Amino acid sequence: MSGWLDTIIQGVLLGGLYALFAMGLSLIFGVMRLVNIAHGDLIVLAAYLALVVVNATGLNPLAALAICVPAMFLIGYVLQRGLLNFTLGGDILPPLLVTFGLSIIIQNALLQGFSADPRALRLGGFETESFHLGAGIAVGYLPLLVLGVAIALAFALELLFARIPLGRAFRATSDDPEAAQLMGVNDRHVYGLAMGIALGIVAVAAVFYGIRTTFAPTDGPDRLLFAFEAVIIGGLGSFWGTLAGGIVLGVAQTVGFRLDPGWGVLTGHLAFLVVLLFRPTGLFPRTRG
Amino acid sequence: MLSTHDLTAFYGDFQALFGIDLEVDAGEIVAIIGANGAGKSTLLKAITGLVPTHSEAVRFMGEAIGGRPAHRILSLGVAMVPEGRRLFPSLTVEENLQLGAYRKRAGPWTLERVYDLFPALREKRRMPSTALSGGQQQMAAIGRALMANPKLLICDEMSLGLAPIVIKSVYDVLPAVVAQGISLLIVEQDVGLAMRVSQRLYCLQEGRVALAGRSQALSREQVSVAYFGI
Repeated sequence: MSGWLDTIIQGVLLGGLYALFAMGLSLIFGVMRLVNIAHGDLIVLAAYLALVVVNATGLNPLAALAICVPAMFLIGYVLQRGLLNFTLGGDILPPLLVTFGLSIIIQNALLQGFSADPRALRLGGFETESFHLGAGIAVGYLPLLVLGVAIALAFALELLFARIPLGRAFRATSDDPEAAQLMGVNDRHVYGLAMGIALGIVAVAAVFYGIRTTFAPTDGPDRLLFAFEAVIIGGLGSFWGTLAGGIVLGVAQTVGFRLDPGWGVLTGHLAFLVVLLFRPTGLFPRTRG
Repeated sequence: MLSTHDLTAFYGDFQALFGIDLEVDAGEIVAIIGANGAGKSTLLKAITGLVPTHSEAVRFMGEAIGGRPAHRILSLGVAMVPEGRRLFPSLTVEENLQLGAYRKRAGPWTLERVYDLFPALREKRRMPSTALSGGQQQMAAIGRALMANPKLLICDEMSLGLAPIVIKSVYDVLPAVVAQGISLLIVEQDVGLAMRVSQRLYCLQEGRVALAGRSQALSREQVSVAYFGI
Protein backbone atom coordinates (compact mmCIF):
# COMPACT_ATOMS: atom_id res chain seq x y z
CA MET A 1 0.00 0.00 0.00
CA SER A 2 2.72 2.45 0.95
CA GLY A 3 4.30 1.54 -2.38
CA TRP A 4 1.36 3.08 -4.19
CA LEU A 5 1.36 6.10 -1.91
CA ASP A 6 5.02 6.56 -2.75
CA THR A 7 4.20 6.28 -6.45
CA ILE A 8 1.59 8.98 -6.18
CA ILE A 9 3.84 11.30 -4.18
CA GLN A 10 6.64 10.88 -6.73
CA GLY A 11 4.08 11.51 -9.49
CA VAL A 12 2.95 14.75 -7.88
CA LEU A 13 6.58 15.84 -7.57
CA LEU A 14 7.28 14.98 -11.21
CA GLY A 15 4.13 16.90 -12.08
CA GLY A 16 5.75 20.00 -10.63
CA LEU A 17 8.40 19.84 -13.36
CA TYR A 18 5.78 19.29 -16.06
CA ALA A 19 3.82 22.23 -14.73
CA LEU A 20 6.98 24.35 -15.04
CA PHE A 21 7.35 23.19 -18.65
CA ALA A 22 3.72 24.08 -19.31
CA MET A 23 3.41 27.43 -17.54
CA GLY A 24 5.04 29.49 -20.30
CA LEU A 25 3.08 27.70 -23.00
CA SER A 26 -0.13 28.38 -21.11
CA LEU A 27 0.79 32.07 -20.77
CA ILE A 28 1.48 32.73 -24.46
CA PHE A 29 -1.50 30.74 -25.61
CA GLY A 30 -3.68 32.64 -23.17
CA VAL A 31 -2.44 36.07 -24.25
CA MET A 32 -2.03 35.74 -28.01
CA ARG A 33 -3.52 32.39 -29.06
CA LEU A 34 -0.10 31.35 -30.26
CA VAL A 35 0.75 27.64 -30.16
CA ASN A 36 4.50 27.61 -29.90
CA ILE A 37 5.77 24.36 -31.43
CA ALA A 38 9.32 25.40 -30.50
CA HIS A 39 8.48 25.62 -26.79
CA GLY A 40 10.19 22.32 -25.94
CA ASP A 41 13.25 23.25 -27.97
CA LEU A 42 13.42 26.59 -26.19
CA ILE A 43 13.47 24.65 -22.89
CA VAL A 44 16.41 22.61 -24.17
CA LEU A 45 18.09 25.76 -25.52
CA ALA A 46 17.73 27.38 -22.10
CA ALA A 47 19.26 24.29 -20.48
CA TYR A 48 22.30 24.63 -22.76
CA LEU A 49 22.44 28.33 -22.00
CA ALA A 50 22.55 27.46 -18.30
CA LEU A 51 25.30 24.93 -19.02
CA VAL A 52 27.35 27.55 -20.83
CA VAL A 53 26.85 30.06 -18.02
CA VAL A 54 27.79 27.47 -15.37
CA ASN A 55 30.91 26.45 -17.28
CA ALA A 56 31.95 30.04 -17.93
CA THR A 57 31.35 31.47 -14.46
CA GLY A 58 31.60 28.48 -12.16
CA LEU A 59 28.30 29.48 -10.56
CA ASN A 60 26.00 26.75 -9.37
CA PRO A 61 23.07 26.21 -11.76
CA LEU A 62 20.48 27.81 -9.47
CA ALA A 63 22.60 30.94 -9.13
CA ALA A 64 23.03 30.91 -12.91
CA LEU A 65 19.30 31.61 -13.12
CA ALA A 66 20.13 35.22 -12.26
CA ILE A 67 21.72 35.41 -15.71
CA CYS A 68 19.60 32.87 -17.60
CA VAL A 69 16.16 34.26 -16.71
CA PRO A 70 16.88 37.82 -17.92
CA ALA A 71 18.70 36.46 -20.98
CA MET A 72 15.77 34.24 -21.96
CA PHE A 73 13.36 37.11 -21.26
CA LEU A 74 15.31 39.23 -23.72
CA ILE A 75 15.44 36.43 -26.30
CA GLY A 76 11.68 35.99 -25.92
CA TYR A 77 10.94 39.68 -26.36
CA VAL A 78 13.16 39.99 -29.43
CA LEU A 79 11.86 36.74 -30.93
CA GLN A 80 8.29 37.93 -30.53
CA ARG A 81 8.76 41.43 -31.88
CA GLY A 82 11.25 40.48 -34.56
CA LEU A 83 9.54 37.36 -35.88
CA LEU A 84 6.44 35.92 -34.27
CA ASN A 85 4.39 39.15 -34.26
CA PHE A 86 4.42 39.01 -38.05
CA THR A 87 2.70 35.61 -37.99
CA LEU A 88 -0.19 36.72 -35.77
CA GLY A 89 -3.61 37.95 -36.80
CA GLY A 90 -5.99 35.94 -38.90
CA ASP A 91 -4.91 32.41 -39.72
CA ILE A 92 -3.59 29.97 -37.10
CA LEU A 93 -1.35 28.24 -39.64
CA PRO A 94 1.52 30.79 -40.00
CA PRO A 95 2.51 30.72 -36.30
CA LEU A 96 2.42 26.92 -36.32
CA LEU A 97 4.63 26.71 -39.40
CA VAL A 98 7.09 29.37 -38.26
CA THR A 99 7.52 27.93 -34.76
CA PHE A 100 7.85 24.44 -36.28
CA GLY A 101 10.67 25.79 -38.44
CA LEU A 102 12.18 27.46 -35.39
CA SER A 103 12.08 24.11 -33.58
CA ILE A 104 14.11 22.46 -36.36
CA ILE A 105 16.57 25.35 -36.46
CA ILE A 106 17.16 25.26 -32.69
CA GLN A 107 17.65 21.47 -32.67
CA ASN A 108 20.17 21.56 -35.48
CA ALA A 109 22.00 24.58 -34.13
CA LEU A 110 22.37 22.81 -30.78
CA LEU A 111 23.58 19.64 -32.51
CA GLN A 112 26.18 21.70 -34.35
CA GLY A 113 27.27 23.56 -31.28
CA PHE A 114 27.14 20.87 -28.59
CA SER A 115 27.04 17.49 -30.42
CA ALA A 116 24.41 14.87 -29.63
CA ASP A 117 25.97 13.86 -26.30
CA PRO A 118 23.60 14.09 -23.36
CA ARG A 119 24.57 16.76 -20.84
CA ALA A 120 23.50 17.53 -17.29
CA LEU A 121 23.71 20.35 -14.75
CA ARG A 122 25.28 19.44 -11.40
CA LEU A 123 24.30 20.81 -8.03
CA GLY A 124 26.94 19.19 -5.85
CA GLY A 125 24.88 16.41 -4.30
CA PHE A 126 21.70 18.32 -3.41
CA GLU A 127 19.94 16.78 -6.38
CA THR A 128 20.08 13.29 -4.83
CA GLU A 129 19.40 14.18 -1.18
CA SER A 130 16.08 13.25 0.33
CA PHE A 131 14.28 12.90 3.63
CA HIS A 132 12.12 10.05 4.89
CA LEU A 133 8.41 10.38 5.55
CA GLY A 134 8.28 6.96 7.18
CA ALA A 135 6.71 3.82 5.75
CA GLY A 136 9.61 3.59 3.32
CA ILE A 137 8.68 6.79 1.47
CA ALA A 138 11.53 9.09 0.59
CA VAL A 139 10.99 12.60 -0.76
CA GLY A 140 13.79 14.26 -2.67
CA TYR A 141 14.61 17.86 -1.74
CA LEU A 142 15.07 18.84 -5.38
CA PRO A 143 11.68 17.53 -6.64
CA LEU A 144 10.04 19.19 -3.65
CA LEU A 145 11.77 22.47 -4.49
CA VAL A 146 10.61 22.13 -8.10
CA LEU A 147 7.01 21.61 -7.03
CA GLY A 148 7.28 24.55 -4.64
CA VAL A 149 8.59 26.78 -7.43
CA ALA A 150 5.79 25.61 -9.75
CA ILE A 151 3.18 26.48 -7.12
CA ALA A 152 4.80 29.86 -6.48
CA LEU A 153 4.90 30.65 -10.21
CA ALA A 154 1.25 29.65 -10.71
CA PHE A 155 0.36 31.93 -7.81
CA ALA A 156 2.48 34.78 -9.16
CA LEU A 157 1.02 34.50 -12.66
CA GLU A 158 -2.55 34.39 -11.34
CA LEU A 159 -1.75 37.49 -9.30
CA LEU A 160 -0.18 39.23 -12.31
CA PHE A 161 -3.25 38.56 -14.43
CA ALA A 162 -5.75 39.50 -11.74
CA ARG A 163 -4.19 42.52 -10.05
CA ILE A 164 -1.50 44.22 -12.12
CA PRO A 165 -2.25 46.70 -14.96
CA LEU A 166 -0.04 44.65 -17.27
CA GLY A 167 -2.14 41.56 -16.46
CA ARG A 168 -5.30 43.49 -17.33
CA ALA A 169 -3.67 44.49 -20.59
CA PHE A 170 -2.82 40.82 -21.24
CA ARG A 171 -6.44 39.78 -20.75
CA ALA A 172 -7.87 42.69 -22.71
CA THR A 173 -5.51 42.13 -25.63
CA SER A 174 -6.43 38.47 -25.60
CA ASP A 175 -10.14 39.39 -25.73
CA ASP A 176 -9.94 42.03 -28.46
CA PRO A 177 -6.54 43.30 -29.65
CA GLU A 178 -8.02 46.16 -31.69
CA ALA A 179 -10.13 47.53 -28.84
CA ALA A 180 -7.10 47.22 -26.55
CA GLN A 181 -5.08 49.40 -28.95
CA LEU A 182 -7.82 52.00 -28.74
CA MET A 183 -7.23 52.04 -24.96
CA GLY A 184 -3.56 52.85 -25.57
CA VAL A 185 -2.26 49.30 -25.25
CA ASN A 186 0.58 48.58 -27.68
CA ASP A 187 -0.34 45.00 -28.51
CA ARG A 188 3.01 44.26 -30.20
CA HIS A 189 4.85 45.29 -27.04
CA VAL A 190 2.41 43.36 -24.83
CA TYR A 191 2.99 40.22 -26.91
CA GLY A 192 6.73 40.74 -26.60
CA LEU A 193 6.46 41.01 -22.81
CA ALA A 194 4.27 37.89 -22.68
CA MET A 195 6.83 35.89 -24.67
CA GLY A 196 9.63 37.35 -22.56
CA ILE A 197 7.93 36.27 -19.32
CA ALA A 198 7.13 32.86 -20.83
CA LEU A 199 10.78 32.29 -21.75
CA GLY A 200 11.92 33.57 -18.35
CA ILE A 201 9.79 30.77 -16.87
CA VAL A 202 11.24 28.41 -19.47
CA ALA A 203 14.71 29.22 -18.12
CA VAL A 204 13.60 28.22 -14.60
CA ALA A 205 12.03 25.01 -15.94
CA ALA A 206 15.15 24.26 -17.99
CA VAL A 207 17.57 24.54 -15.08
CA PHE A 208 15.52 22.19 -12.89
CA TYR A 209 15.10 19.85 -15.85
CA GLY A 210 18.84 19.83 -16.47
CA ILE A 211 19.57 19.15 -12.80
CA ARG A 212 16.99 16.39 -12.58
CA THR A 213 17.94 14.50 -15.71
CA THR A 214 20.21 14.67 -18.75
CA PHE A 215 19.33 16.66 -21.85
CA ALA A 216 20.30 16.41 -25.51
CA PRO A 217 19.58 18.70 -28.51
CA THR A 218 16.65 16.64 -29.81
CA ASP A 219 14.82 16.28 -26.48
CA GLY A 220 12.63 19.34 -27.13
CA PRO A 221 9.59 17.78 -28.82
CA ASP A 222 8.93 15.43 -25.88
CA ARG A 223 9.06 18.36 -23.46
CA LEU A 224 6.64 20.22 -25.73
CA LEU A 225 4.28 17.24 -25.73
CA PHE A 226 4.24 17.00 -21.92
CA ALA A 227 3.79 20.75 -21.60
CA PHE A 228 1.00 20.75 -24.14
CA GLU A 229 -0.79 17.86 -22.43
CA ALA A 230 -0.51 19.56 -19.05
CA VAL A 231 -2.05 22.76 -20.46
CA ILE A 232 -4.94 20.93 -22.11
CA ILE A 233 -5.63 18.67 -19.13
CA GLY A 234 -5.67 21.68 -16.82
CA GLY A 235 -7.87 23.81 -19.03
CA LEU A 236 -6.94 26.91 -20.99
CA GLY A 237 -6.51 30.27 -19.35
CA SER A 238 -5.90 29.12 -15.77
CA PHE A 239 -2.44 28.73 -14.25
CA TRP A 240 -3.78 26.71 -11.32
CA GLY A 241 -5.30 24.46 -13.99
CA THR A 242 -1.92 24.15 -15.70
CA LEU A 243 -0.34 23.19 -12.36
CA ALA A 244 -3.07 20.58 -11.82
CA GLY A 245 -2.63 19.36 -15.39
CA GLY A 246 1.10 18.85 -14.83
CA ILE A 247 0.41 16.91 -11.65
CA VAL A 248 -2.24 14.70 -13.29
CA LEU A 249 0.24 13.93 -16.07
CA GLY A 250 3.06 13.23 -13.61
CA VAL A 251 0.93 10.89 -11.48
CA ALA A 252 -0.40 9.08 -14.56
CA GLN A 253 3.16 8.52 -15.77
CA THR A 254 4.55 7.23 -12.48
CA VAL A 255 1.54 4.95 -11.97
CA GLY A 256 2.05 3.53 -15.46
CA PHE A 257 5.75 3.19 -14.82
CA ARG A 258 5.04 1.20 -11.66
CA LEU A 259 2.70 -1.15 -13.52
CA ASP A 260 5.30 -1.74 -16.19
CA PRO A 261 8.50 0.23 -16.73
CA GLY A 262 7.64 0.56 -20.43
CA TRP A 263 4.24 2.13 -19.83
CA GLY A 264 5.08 5.40 -18.12
CA VAL A 265 4.83 7.75 -21.08
CA LEU A 266 1.93 5.76 -22.54
CA THR A 267 -0.28 6.10 -19.45
CA GLY A 268 0.44 9.82 -19.45
CA HIS A 269 -0.91 10.07 -22.99
CA LEU A 270 -3.89 7.88 -22.03
CA ALA A 271 -4.75 10.19 -19.14
CA PHE A 272 -4.59 13.09 -21.59
CA LEU A 273 -6.94 11.31 -24.02
CA VAL A 274 -9.38 10.40 -21.24
CA VAL A 275 -9.55 14.04 -20.15
CA LEU A 276 -10.05 15.12 -23.76
CA LEU A 277 -12.87 12.61 -24.15
CA PHE A 278 -14.80 13.45 -20.99
CA ARG A 279 -13.79 17.07 -20.31
CA PRO A 280 -12.67 18.54 -23.63
CA THR A 281 -12.25 21.98 -22.04
CA GLY A 282 -9.91 20.58 -19.37
CA LEU A 283 -10.31 20.22 -15.62
CA PHE A 284 -10.29 23.89 -14.62
CA PRO A 285 -11.10 26.02 -17.66
CA ARG A 286 -11.38 29.73 -17.09
CA THR A 287 -14.81 30.69 -18.30
CA ARG A 288 -14.77 33.55 -20.76
CA GLY A 289 -17.95 35.53 -21.14
CA MET B 1 -8.13 70.85 -32.82
CA LEU B 2 -8.61 67.89 -35.16
CA SER B 3 -8.60 68.21 -38.92
CA THR B 4 -8.31 65.86 -41.83
CA HIS B 5 -6.89 66.96 -45.17
CA ASP B 6 -7.58 65.08 -48.37
CA LEU B 7 -7.80 61.89 -46.30
CA THR B 8 -7.88 58.70 -48.34
CA ALA B 9 -8.11 55.15 -46.99
CA PHE B 10 -8.14 51.71 -48.54
CA TYR B 11 -9.28 48.26 -47.52
CA GLY B 12 -6.91 46.17 -49.61
CA ASP B 13 -7.55 47.26 -53.20
CA PHE B 14 -10.87 48.82 -52.34
CA GLN B 15 -10.76 52.57 -51.81
CA ALA B 16 -13.15 53.47 -49.00
CA LEU B 17 -12.43 57.21 -48.61
CA PHE B 18 -11.71 59.76 -51.35
CA GLY B 19 -10.21 62.96 -49.96
CA ILE B 20 -12.12 63.78 -46.78
CA ASP B 21 -11.69 67.28 -45.33
CA LEU B 22 -13.12 67.63 -41.87
CA GLU B 23 -12.56 69.83 -38.86
CA VAL B 24 -13.43 69.67 -35.17
CA ASP B 25 -12.76 72.75 -33.04
CA ALA B 26 -12.19 72.84 -29.31
CA GLY B 27 -15.38 72.39 -27.31
CA GLU B 28 -17.41 71.48 -30.37
CA ILE B 29 -19.79 68.57 -31.01
CA VAL B 30 -19.50 67.46 -34.61
CA ALA B 31 -21.61 64.70 -36.12
CA ILE B 32 -20.94 62.49 -39.11
CA ILE B 33 -23.90 60.89 -40.81
CA GLY B 34 -24.23 58.76 -43.89
CA ALA B 35 -25.76 55.57 -45.21
CA ASN B 36 -24.27 52.15 -44.56
CA GLY B 37 -21.00 51.81 -46.45
CA ALA B 38 -20.56 55.56 -46.85
CA GLY B 39 -17.20 55.31 -45.06
CA LYS B 40 -18.07 56.66 -41.61
CA SER B 41 -16.44 53.87 -39.63
CA THR B 42 -13.42 53.82 -41.93
CA LEU B 43 -12.97 57.54 -41.37
CA LEU B 44 -12.96 57.04 -37.60
CA LYS B 45 -10.54 54.14 -37.93
CA ALA B 46 -8.20 56.26 -40.06
CA ILE B 47 -8.30 59.04 -37.46
CA THR B 48 -7.67 56.67 -34.53
CA GLY B 49 -4.89 54.77 -36.28
CA LEU B 50 -6.61 51.45 -36.94
CA VAL B 51 -6.58 51.98 -40.72
CA PRO B 52 -3.43 53.35 -42.39
CA THR B 53 -3.40 56.75 -44.05
CA HIS B 54 -0.70 59.27 -44.95
CA SER B 55 0.71 61.36 -42.14
CA GLU B 56 -0.50 64.83 -43.26
CA ALA B 57 -4.03 63.48 -43.72
CA VAL B 58 -4.80 63.81 -40.02
CA ARG B 59 -3.66 66.71 -37.86
CA PHE B 60 -4.33 66.92 -34.13
CA MET B 61 -3.31 69.91 -31.99
CA GLY B 62 -1.10 71.08 -34.85
CA GLU B 63 0.70 67.75 -35.23
CA ALA B 64 0.51 65.47 -38.27
CA ILE B 65 -0.59 62.14 -36.78
CA GLY B 66 -1.99 60.23 -39.76
CA GLY B 67 -0.92 56.59 -39.86
CA ARG B 68 0.52 56.50 -36.36
CA PRO B 69 -0.28 53.36 -34.33
CA ALA B 70 -3.55 53.52 -32.43
CA HIS B 71 -1.93 53.44 -28.98
CA ARG B 72 0.18 56.52 -29.82
CA ILE B 73 -2.85 58.46 -31.01
CA LEU B 74 -4.68 57.60 -27.79
CA SER B 75 -1.68 58.89 -25.85
CA LEU B 76 -2.05 62.26 -27.61
CA GLY B 77 -5.60 62.54 -26.31
CA VAL B 78 -7.93 61.00 -28.89
CA ALA B 79 -10.14 58.33 -27.31
CA MET B 80 -12.82 56.30 -29.02
CA VAL B 81 -16.04 54.61 -28.00
CA PRO B 82 -16.04 51.86 -30.62
CA GLU B 83 -19.06 50.64 -32.50
CA GLY B 84 -20.68 47.72 -30.72
CA ARG B 85 -19.13 48.86 -27.39
CA ARG B 86 -16.46 46.15 -27.48
CA LEU B 87 -16.04 45.87 -23.73
CA PHE B 88 -13.54 43.21 -22.68
CA PRO B 89 -15.57 40.16 -21.64
CA SER B 90 -12.95 38.66 -19.34
CA LEU B 91 -12.61 41.91 -17.38
CA THR B 92 -15.00 43.19 -14.76
CA VAL B 93 -16.80 46.49 -15.28
CA GLU B 94 -14.28 48.29 -13.10
CA GLU B 95 -11.31 46.63 -14.81
CA ASN B 96 -12.71 47.76 -18.16
CA LEU B 97 -12.79 51.31 -16.84
CA GLN B 98 -9.29 51.00 -15.39
CA LEU B 99 -7.97 49.80 -18.72
CA GLY B 100 -9.19 53.05 -20.22
CA ALA B 101 -6.66 54.78 -17.95
CA TYR B 102 -3.84 52.48 -19.13
CA ARG B 103 -1.79 55.41 -20.46
CA LYS B 104 -2.28 57.37 -17.22
CA ARG B 105 -3.07 60.65 -18.95
CA ALA B 106 -3.67 63.38 -16.40
CA GLY B 107 -7.10 64.98 -16.25
CA PRO B 108 -10.36 65.28 -14.41
CA TRP B 109 -11.74 61.80 -15.09
CA THR B 110 -11.32 59.18 -12.40
CA LEU B 111 -13.25 56.04 -11.44
CA GLU B 112 -15.24 58.13 -8.97
CA ARG B 113 -16.18 60.73 -11.57
CA VAL B 114 -17.28 58.05 -14.04
CA TYR B 115 -19.37 56.35 -11.35
CA ASP B 116 -20.94 59.72 -10.50
CA LEU B 117 -21.83 60.15 -14.16
CA PHE B 118 -23.19 56.58 -14.46
CA PRO B 119 -24.37 55.45 -11.00
CA ALA B 120 -25.62 52.14 -12.44
CA LEU B 121 -22.02 51.14 -13.14
CA ARG B 122 -20.97 51.65 -9.54
CA GLU B 123 -23.42 48.97 -8.37
CA LYS B 124 -22.15 46.50 -10.96
CA ARG B 125 -18.48 47.34 -10.83
CA ARG B 126 -17.43 43.89 -9.62
CA MET B 127 -19.47 42.03 -12.24
CA PRO B 128 -18.16 40.86 -15.61
CA SER B 129 -18.90 43.40 -18.32
CA THR B 130 -21.08 40.79 -20.04
CA ALA B 131 -23.55 41.01 -17.15
CA LEU B 132 -24.51 44.58 -18.09
CA SER B 133 -27.57 45.54 -20.12
CA GLY B 134 -27.02 47.08 -23.55
CA GLY B 135 -27.42 50.62 -22.26
CA GLN B 136 -25.12 49.99 -19.31
CA GLN B 137 -22.54 48.50 -21.65
CA GLN B 138 -22.69 51.67 -23.71
CA MET B 139 -22.21 53.72 -20.54
CA ALA B 140 -19.25 51.55 -19.57
CA ALA B 141 -17.74 52.03 -23.03
CA ILE B 142 -18.11 55.81 -22.70
CA GLY B 143 -16.72 55.72 -19.17
CA ARG B 144 -13.78 53.63 -20.33
CA ALA B 145 -12.94 56.16 -23.05
CA LEU B 146 -13.30 59.07 -20.58
CA MET B 147 -10.83 57.37 -18.23
CA ALA B 148 -8.17 58.15 -20.85
CA ASN B 149 -8.84 61.85 -20.15
CA PRO B 150 -9.07 62.63 -23.85
CA LYS B 151 -9.16 66.05 -25.46
CA LEU B 152 -11.26 64.60 -28.25
CA LEU B 153 -13.79 61.83 -27.75
CA ILE B 154 -14.96 59.91 -30.80
CA CYS B 155 -18.22 57.99 -30.50
CA ASP B 156 -19.19 55.42 -33.11
CA GLU B 157 -22.86 54.45 -33.41
CA MET B 158 -23.79 54.85 -29.77
CA SER B 159 -27.52 54.38 -30.36
CA LEU B 160 -27.16 51.09 -32.20
CA GLY B 161 -29.37 48.38 -30.73
CA LEU B 162 -30.61 50.48 -27.82
CA ALA B 163 -34.18 51.38 -26.84
CA PRO B 164 -35.10 55.05 -27.45
CA ILE B 165 -35.31 55.83 -23.74
CA VAL B 166 -31.88 54.32 -23.19
CA ILE B 167 -30.47 56.27 -26.13
CA LYS B 168 -31.75 59.44 -24.52
CA SER B 169 -30.09 58.63 -21.19
CA VAL B 170 -26.80 57.92 -22.98
CA TYR B 171 -26.91 61.16 -24.96
CA ASP B 172 -28.00 63.14 -21.92
CA VAL B 173 -24.53 62.79 -20.41
CA LEU B 174 -22.76 64.43 -23.35
CA PRO B 175 -23.21 68.02 -22.11
CA ALA B 176 -21.47 67.03 -18.86
CA VAL B 177 -18.61 65.59 -20.92
CA VAL B 178 -18.28 68.71 -23.09
CA ALA B 179 -18.35 70.83 -19.95
CA GLN B 180 -15.01 69.20 -19.02
CA GLY B 181 -13.47 70.72 -22.14
CA ILE B 182 -13.70 67.63 -24.34
CA SER B 183 -14.59 67.94 -28.02
CA LEU B 184 -16.86 65.31 -29.49
CA LEU B 185 -16.93 63.67 -32.89
CA ILE B 186 -20.00 61.50 -33.23
CA VAL B 187 -21.05 59.02 -35.87
CA GLU B 188 -24.77 58.45 -35.64
CA GLN B 189 -27.27 56.43 -37.66
CA ASP B 190 -30.20 58.42 -36.34
CA VAL B 191 -30.03 61.56 -38.48
CA GLY B 192 -32.55 63.51 -36.40
CA LEU B 193 -30.63 62.75 -33.22
CA ALA B 194 -27.33 63.69 -34.87
CA MET B 195 -28.75 67.05 -36.01
CA ARG B 196 -30.15 67.79 -32.56
CA VAL B 197 -27.05 67.10 -30.49
CA SER B 198 -24.38 68.47 -32.80
CA GLN B 199 -23.30 71.98 -33.70
CA ARG B 200 -21.92 71.02 -37.07
CA LEU B 201 -22.51 68.07 -39.30
CA TYR B 202 -20.83 66.22 -42.16
CA CYS B 203 -22.74 63.86 -44.41
CA LEU B 204 -20.68 61.21 -46.16
CA GLN B 205 -21.70 59.49 -49.34
CA GLU B 206 -19.63 56.80 -51.02
CA GLY B 207 -16.43 57.91 -49.34
CA ARG B 208 -16.81 61.66 -50.01
CA VAL B 209 -18.21 64.58 -48.04
CA ALA B 210 -21.58 65.24 -49.69
CA LEU B 211 -22.69 67.96 -47.31
CA ALA B 212 -21.18 69.98 -44.47
CA GLY B 213 -22.58 72.80 -42.40
CA ARG B 214 -24.11 74.02 -39.16
CA SER B 215 -26.62 71.45 -37.99
CA GLN B 216 -29.30 74.07 -37.22
CA ALA B 217 -28.90 75.72 -40.60
CA LEU B 218 -29.33 72.57 -42.69
CA SER B 219 -32.77 71.62 -43.95
CA ARG B 220 -34.18 68.11 -43.92
CA GLU B 221 -34.24 68.18 -47.72
CA GLN B 222 -30.59 69.11 -48.05
CA VAL B 223 -29.66 66.31 -45.68
CA SER B 224 -31.74 63.65 -47.37
CA VAL B 225 -30.33 64.57 -50.79
CA ALA B 226 -26.80 64.31 -49.44
CA TYR B 227 -27.64 61.14 -47.54
CA PHE B 228 -29.25 59.20 -50.36
CA GLY B 229 -27.54 60.91 -53.26
CA ILE B 230 -30.67 61.41 -55.34
